[in-house]
Amino acid sequence: MSPQAAAGPDVPRPSAEAMKLALDALRVLAVDPQGLGGAVLRGSPSPVRDAWIRALQSLMPAGSPMRRLPLHVSDERLLGGLDLAASLSAGRPIAQSGVLAAADGGVLVCAMAERMAPATVAHVAAALDRGEVAVQRDGLSRVDTARFGCIVLDEGAQPEEAAAAALRDRLGLHIPIDEVPNDGTLDTVPPAQIDRVQRARHALPNVAASDDIVQALCAAADALGIVSVRAAMQALRAARALAALDGHNDVTERHAARAAALVLAHRATLLPAGASAAEDAAAPELPAEKPPPQAPEQASEQSPEQSPERSPEQTAEQPVEPPPSQPPADDAAALSQAMDAMQDVLIAAAAAAIPPGLLALLRAGRAARSKAAAGGRSGAWQQASGRGRPAGVRAAAPSAGQRLHLIETLRAAAPWQRLRREAMPANAPKPRLAIRASDFRVIRYRQRRTSTTLFVVDASGSAALNRLAEAKGAVELLLADCYVRRDRVALIAFRGAVAELLLPPTRSLVRAKRSLAGLPGGGGTPLAHAIDAAGALADAVARRGETPTAVFLTDGRANIALDGTPGRAKAADDATAAARRFCALGHDALWLDTAPQPQAAAHELALAMGARYVALPYAAAADMSRLVRAATASR
Amino acid sequence: MAQHPFPFSAIVAQDEMKLAILIAAVEPAIGGVLAFGDRGTGKSTAIRALAALLPKMRATAGCRYACDPESPPACSDCGRLKAGGSATKVVTIAPPVVDLPLGATEDRVVGALDLERALADGVKAFEPGLLARANRGFLYVDEVNLLEDHLVDLLIDVAASGENVVEREGLSIRHPARFVLVGSGNPEEGELRPQLLDRFGLSVEVKTPNDLPTRVDVVRRRDAFERDPPAFIARWKKEDDRLRRRIVKARELLPDVEVSDAALERTARLCMALGTDGLRGELTLMRAARAAAALDGDAQVDDSHLKRVAAPALRHRLRRNPLDDAGSSVRVERAVAELFGP
Repeated sequence: MSPQAAAGPDVPRPSAEAMKLALDALRVLAVDPQGLGGAVLRGSPSPVRDAWIRALQSLMPAGSPMRRLPLHVSDERLLGGLDLAASLSAGRPIAQSGVLAAADGGVLVCAMAERMAPATVAHVAAALDRGEVAVQRDGLSRVDTARFGCIVLDEGAQPEEAAAAALRDRLGLHIPIDEVPNDGTLDTVPPAQIDRVQRARHALPNVAASDDIVQALCAAADALGIVSVRAAMQALRAARALAALDGHNDVTERHAARAAALVLAHRATLLPAGASAAEDAAAPELPAEKPPPQAPEQASEQSPEQSPERSPEQTAEQPVEPPPSQPPADDAAALSQAMDAMQDVLIAAAAAAIPPGLLALLRAGRAARSKAAAGGRSGAWQQASGRGRPAGVRAAAPSAGQRLHLIETLRAAAPWQRLRREAMPANAPKPRLAIRASDFRVIRYRQRRTSTTLFVVDASGSAALNRLAEAKGAVELLLADCYVRRDRVALIAFRGAVAELLLPPTRSLVRAKRSLAGLPGGGGTPLAHAIDAAGALADAVARRGETPTAVFLTDGRANIALDGTPGRAKAADDATAAARRFCALGHDALWLDTAPQPQAAAHELALAMGARYVALPYAAAADMSRLVRAATASR
Repeated sequence: MAQHPFPFSAIVAQDEMKLAILIAAVEPAIGGVLAFGDRGTGKSTAIRALAALLPKMRATAGCRYACDPESPPACSDCGRLKAGGSATKVVTIAPPVVDLPLGATEDRVVGALDLERALADGVKAFEPGLLARANRGFLYVDEVNLLEDHLVDLLIDVAASGENVVEREGLSIRHPARFVLVGSGNPEEGELRPQLLDRFGLSVEVKTPNDLPTRVDVVRRRDAFERDPPAFIARWKKEDDRLRRRIVKARELLPDVEVSDAALERTARLCMALGTDGLRGELTLMRAARAAAALDGDAQVDDSHLKRVAAPALRHRLRRNPLDDAGSSVRVERAVAELFGP
C-alpha cells in the first residue's frame, strides 16, 4: 500500500553478522529452549529459514517433537478436546491432547505468525508462561504439560505487520532471516556440534551467574530503553547457555556481552548515551585495562566446528578472568568502577548488534512509535471468517450455511439412548446411536460486521494549526465510543509529499492516543496521494469483512501532485482523478471541509468521490464525532 | 511451574497490586480485582501465588460446591446430605483459586450433563463446571479482555447474583457461585467491556518498575526461583506464613473496624469531586479502606487508608474524558491531593 512507500523498503543484504547471530541463536536455543522462550524468524519463507529450523531439530535431544502450528488452528486442536471417534466407539469420553501439549519437550513452530488470531496468541503465550495447558472444554477438565521453545515465523512485509507483541515479548531471540546468507553453513550440522550442545544442556543447571552479571545485564537493558523485565531475564538465560556451551561453570563478561547482543539489541528503543559511535568502533569502547575480552569475543565468533577444540583452552584461562567478586570489600570504588566497565562492555556489545534498520529508526527517534504500531495488527484477522463469532449453540436442524455442532448434538442425544433402544422393536437391529431430529444442535454465530472508520487527516501547513487538535479529539471521542461497539479506527495523515498510515485499524485507545500524540503538522497538501491511500486501506478493510467509512478532514486545497511535484493546477487535477477512482471502489465517505471559508472546489471533489459533504468551519471535536457517528449509523 | 507457585511475599514492588489482592482475600465482598498493565510484570504470578497464601477453610465433605457447613444448605448436594440424616462431615480445604482459561467452552464454565455417565449408563447427571469449583474462592481470568463475549455475559450475570442457574439439556439446577473475580490483561490488546469493568471492585494499574535496583531484584529472584523452586519457596516460607497470619487477623478484626462519620464524608467528597457514576464507588472505597485498616491492625479507618485505596477503588469508575490527556490515575491522585492535602 502506498502510505508505506514513504519509509522506503529496506532491502535485506546478506551479512556475516546475521549468520553469526543465527548460529549463536541456534545453539543457545537448543541448549535452553524453555528458558529463552524461543525465537522470532522475521523474513519471507526461504531455504535458509528451512535449513535453520532443520538444524535446530537436529540439535534438539533425539526424539523431541517439533510441531507446526497452522495459522487457523482451531481451539480444539490447539488445546485438546474430545476425541469424537474414540469416544463414540468406547462409549465414554476420551480426551485428545492438542498441539501445544504435543510439542512438550520440543519446539513449536508458528507459521505466518503476523496473522495469528489474538485468541491463539493468548493460548500460546499462556502455555509459554506456565509450561502447561489447561483444558476446560467439551466436558473435559485436564492439565497437560507443555514446555516447549517457540519458533515464530514472522513473514510481515511492512513494519506494521508483525507477530503479536504478546508473543514477541516472551521470545528471547530475533533473527532477521532474510539477511542470513544462503551459503550452506546451516545445511549440515557437524556431530561435534551436537555433542557440544548436549554437554551444555547437561551442564546448564550448574552454571552460575554472579550478581554483577545480573546487575550489568539489567543496566544494559535499561540503557537500551527496554521496558519489559522479561528481556533481562532472557538475556541472563542466554548468557548461562553460552557459558555452558563453552564449558564454563560461571558466566563471564564475554558471555554476558554476547547474550546482550543476542537478546537485547533487537529490542532497543533508544540508543545508549555515547554508544552511537559504537557500531563503527566497538573495540575502542572496551575498557583499556582489560585486554582479554577482545580475544575471546573473536573466539565466540568463529565457526562452530572449531569451537569445541577451543573450549578447554578457554576454560584454562577462565580463572584469570572472573570479574570483581573477589576483590577486598574496602575497595568499593574500584568495585563500582569495574561494575561500570562491565556495563559499558555489555551496552557496547548490544549497541553494536542493533539491526541497521532499527538503528536508523532510533537515530531518527522514531522507534517508540513504530514499535507501538507493530503491536496488534493480528487483531484484524479474527473476524476474517464471514460467519461471525460463535455465540453458543441452539436446537435446530442443520440447513444451508449452518453447521451441526456434533458434540452438543451427541450430548443432547446421550441421555435418551437407553430409553430409545428399549422403545425399538425387539427384533430390529439396534443402532449404536439413536439420534432423533430433536437432538440436532447447530452453532449460532453472531453476525455483526465490524465497522472501521478511517480518518484521513490533512496535516499540511494550511490545515495543521487549527484542525489537527480537533481531529485528534474527534478520533479519541469516537474510539471511546467504538470500544463499546467493538468497532475500529484507523488514521492516515498527509503532509509534505505523501500520505502516511499513522494508525493501522485498531480499537485500542491506548495505542491510538500514543500515535496521535506524536502527529506533527506542516508542509504541502498531497491530497491525491491521500485519497488513493484511503482507497487502498478501505479496500483492505473491506477484504477482511469489515465495513469501512472514510472521513476526510481537509480544506481541499491540494498543492502536491501525485508524483510529488508542487503546483496547484496539476495537484487539483490529480485529486479529482483520485476522487473518481475512490468513487469507483464504492466505499462510504464523509468529507468535512475544514476551511474557514468553504469553497466550491472542495464540494466538487466530495461529489466526485461520492462522499457526503459537510462544511465545518468552526467544528469542535464533539460535533465532529457526532457527525461521523451519524454517518456510520445511517448505513 | 504450576506445581510450584512463586511465593507471594517474594514479589518485588507492585505494592498496589499486592494490597488489592490482600484486600480481596480479607473482604470478598469487595467485588473482585482487575490487574491491567504492561507485559511481564508478574500479574498472573501474583494471582497464582495467592492460592498458596490463603488460609484454609472449612467445607462440607461430599459437597461439590464446598459449602460452608455452618450456613443453611444452599445447594442440592448439601440438601441431599442433610436429608440423608447422618451428621455431615466437615473437611478443611484450601480455598479454590480456579483458572478460567481463554478457550474454555460454556459447558465447562457453567457445568453440563455428565457425558460419561450419560453415554455409559444413560443417567442424566449434572457435572459442575468452573463456576461451581470457584465457589467461596477466586475465579481468575488471564487476558480477561480477550474473553469471548458470551462468556463475559455469563460471568457478569453470575458475579452479580452469586448463583449459577443451569437450564440446559433437560437439566434444571441452581447452585451457589460466590467468588472473587480476578482478571488481568494488557490494555494494548483490547479494551475491557464497560459492563465487566464495572463489576470489578478494585482496578490496579501494573507498571514495569523503572528503577534499576528493583529490576535487578526482579530478575535475581525470578532466576533463583526458576533454578530451584523448592529451595526458593522454603526460603520465603516464613514471610508467606507471616502474611497468612496477617490475613487471618485482619478477617477477625474486619467486623469491628469503625468508619467514622468524618471518614465517610471524605469518601463522599472524593467521589463527588471525581464525578463517579452511582454509589458503587463510595461503597467500594469504604470497604477497601476498612479492609486496609484491618490489614494494618487498626481499629479505625483514617486518611492514610483512604489515600492508599482511592486509586484502585475509583480509577475505573471515572467518566471517560478523552480530551483530558491525564490518565484516570492522575485524576484520582490530583483529587486526593486536593482533598487530603499533601
